[in-house]
Amino acid sequence: MSAARDALLARAEAVLEDWVRARGETPTQEAVETFRLLALHRQGARGVPSFNACRETCREVAYHYNLLAAGADARTERMMQMLVTHLELFVRGKMQTEGLGEFCCASRPVRNKGERIDG
Amino acid sequence: MNKYQRVAYYPGCALEGTGHAYNASTKAVGKALGLELHEVADWNCCGAMEVKNVDPQVQTYLSSRVMAIAVHEMNAKVVMAPCNGCYHNLKKAEYDLANDEASRQVVDRISKKAGHETYRAGTLETIHALDWIKDGIGEQELKRRLKGSLKGLKVANYYGCMYTRPRHIFPEKDRGPGSESTSQPHFMDDLLAAAGAQNVDFPLKTACCGGAHTLSDSDTSTKLVLNILQAAEAAGAEVIATECPTCHSGLEMHQVRAEKVLGRKTKVRMLYFTQLLGVALGVGPRKLGVHENVSDGLALLKEKGLA
Repeated sequence: MSAARDALLARAEAVLEDWVRARGETPTQEAVETFRLLALHRQGARGVPSFNACRETCREVAYHYNLLAAGADARTERMMQMLVTHLELFVRGKMQTEGLGEFCCASRPVRNKGERIDG
Repeated sequence: MNKYQRVAYYPGCALEGTGHAYNASTKAVGKALGLELHEVADWNCCGAMEVKNVDPQVQTYLSSRVMAIAVHEMNAKVVMAPCNGCYHNLKKAEYDLANDEASRQVVDRISKKAGHETYRAGTLETIHALDWIKDGIGEQELKRRLKGSLKGLKVANYYGCMYTRPRHIFPEKDRGPGSESTSQPHFMDDLLAAAGAQNVDFPLKTACCGGAHTLSDSDTSTKLVLNILQAAEAAGAEVIATECPTCHSGLEMHQVRAEKVLGRKTKVRMLYFTQLLGVALGVGPRKLGVHENVSDGLALLKEKGLA
């Protein structure tokens, strides 16, 4: 169980590292509330408020990691897997657009180039 | 009288279309609880997710017009928007008009051009249907009015992402006991628990469903929704309770698409929280529009002896 939770946390961190690197930054090695994942999220959301759409998912990943560390069951591990999968899907989708890609609430910069219509 | 007992009602476009059942069930629950809704006359679209990508200040104007009608023509103090998108946009407009001079100027200019009074920040309170029931009637009074119970029904409460984000446009949230939380919203959990439902621990309650991207990148949306559905099932839920027509439609449509395209079948059903409350209040499923849902909630309610 220990190896599984560590592997899942590393997978989640890798997703956010990719996001940070794609924006031309170096992924932080610091931690927030003992989790590097949360520090990476904070770094990744700087200047991109819509990235906070995955803030709770990251916090839930950390929470489930703690549950598994406290000896929780296989169901908790399965839930942590799903949380990490969600983070992957969200961030990968977002990266396709941000200039990086055009995904959901991140699409504003792409479309903001239009003319004003209130004049 | 509690200020939420009689409110201006802004259903928004979705509730006249795909979210018709949410409209019907919201009105039916209000009637059963003695909460009055007065629809904003000649309301307009809030701009949803689209207009803000072209011109955010025009989007602010669209919401401000709805609020201007509520204040100046209805003398309302409170407007209730059951759709997360509408609710979010009205709150965002309120924030921008209170804090951004450029937004105030654009809204004033367009309002004058359109020939109506300009909405001024701080003159109307925007609430969601969850606030309306939670603070307008409360769990104790809700319990007193129940004619049945959702006992035995395992529910995952899904709030979506726009009900709580961004945090700064919801200054009334995160105020301690009794207030809503932006990180762990619980108003829907509280109301459905009061109606007897068994809420499951569901960690994706505010996760993105890819809703706004559903046409331009359907595959990503389908995968996000499938993950939410599977997580709800893994948490033991039979039903996902929703409080937004866009979230609801997204979950239902992509459940079907996930089976067709990815070959992944899930059994969890989607019902609006107002449909579930309505059942517990003794309102017939047909009046609550349960038969209009894509996922077969009626069969589940019958199976559970609730319909």
